[in-house]
Amino acid sequence: MVRTGVANLASVLSGLRKAGAEPHVSDDPAAVRAAPLVVLPGVGAFAAGMESLTARGLDLAIAERVREGRPLLAVCLGLQLLLDASEEGPGVRGLGVVSGHARRFGDHAGVRVPQLGWNRVVPGEGCKLLREGYAYFANSYRLAEPPPGLACATSQHDGPFVAAFERGPLLACQFHPELSGAWGIELLGRWLAAGKEAAC
Amino acid sequence: MLTARVIPCLDVKDGRIVKGVRFANLRDAGDPAERAAAYEATGADEIVVLDVSATLEARKTRVATVRAVRERLSIPLTVGGGVRTIDDAGALLDAGADKVAINSAAVEDPSRIARIAERFGAQCCVLALDAATNERGTYEVVVKSGRERTGIDAVTWAREAVERGAGEILLTSFDKDGTRSGYDLPLVLAVARAVRVPVIASGGAAGPEHLWEALRAGADAVLAASIFHDGEHTPDDVKRELRAFGAEVRL
Repeated sequence: MVRTGVANLASVLSGLRKAGAEPHVSDDPAAVRAAPLVVLPGVGAFAAGMESLTARGLDLAIAERVREGRPLLAVCLGLQLLLDASEEGPGVRGLGVVSGHARRFGDHAGVRVPQLGWNRVVPGEGCKLLREGYAYFANSYRLAEPPPGLACATSQHDGPFVAAFERGPLLACQFHPELSGAWGIELLGRWLAAGKEAAC
Repeated sequence: MLTARVIPCLDVKDGRIVKGVRFANLRDAGDPAERAAAYEATGADEIVVLDVSATLEARKTRVATVRAVRERLSIPLTVGGGVRTIDDAGALLDAGADKVAINSAAVEDPSRIARIAERFGAQCCVLALDAATNERGTYEVVVKSGRERTGIDAVTWAREAVERGAGEILLTSFDKDGTRSGYDLPLVLAVARAVRVPVIASGGAAGPEHLWEALRAGADAVLAASIFHDGEHTPDDVKRELRAFGAEVRL
């Protein structure tokens, strides 16, 4: 698990343990390159998240893993850090390994921001790890357009948005699988299994 | 579409669950981690732990309690009670809280809200707002577990806290808390209309119809303690009834 310096790791660590993993925390790019499976957690702001990654050279290590198709789980802000940019950090470049811009939920009556709570996740074509169910979200920004070349699951809040995407052992969730009850722990279990298989 | 959240609340003192009427007359009701796990298994959408003990010694217990609850729980956990500084918030988040609720300390110094929100994100920063009616017929913020009236208008304070970075409001009616006579609906309505962040209604629930009334008044989530503690209802029972009333819930 990548120590980003801004994220709260306790819940993600606990969730991974419940799914049968033995997670270790590190901010060493060499460890991030060498690990069979890597988790990029994310709570906090886009600019601070990117800054803490680039300060330690973790940005390159993570981008490399995605390009090589090696196992990576990105959670919440972690998903947005994979993108080109976010409205939350104008002028700050994301990792740019998945094309897209995160934007704030619209200023419409009845749309609560942040989105805090359980929302229905519906997997689209090609999803293997993602299944239909309720997931817990805590976000003010989201990716509205599905990125090309990835299997996506969608949810509805101020219109449809990307709840998660996957490609092989890459899984990125806008929601928090570690806080999504048994459904979320099962998803972590499927990612761990797919990741272990790919890492062999 | 987001579902209406049903949130059991654990009032914890010195590592044990207590529940009182109008914040007083506390009685022992069990182990927080056990109880939280049982609530998750029976459909709770989230757990709130409010630590009502005040001593320094008890704060250390509080971190241990949060850690124990986190190990058992795979749904969100909000922790409040005596949160004053970034360090307080950080210690709770490190122990496994997903959100921290700040109450009296935010009234004393509203800049504390911004400091916590900037450091940990608005989605981590919950304003716990305790309100009571006053002789002018409006709602006033009360602090120190209701012992002290502030003269601050509750709706104005809710707006200000959100501008400063609070990402959610946990709205408790001091008049209704523990009375089992239903939530303070005009209070819920006024605050839910005044802000864009989610509002959790708290104080006064005795049954599913009360929870439904609060959702209809604009609450995004409903918090209750005694109806779950006494084993009268499980969160799932309540959610089935809420669905029958017309609410969207996770079942």
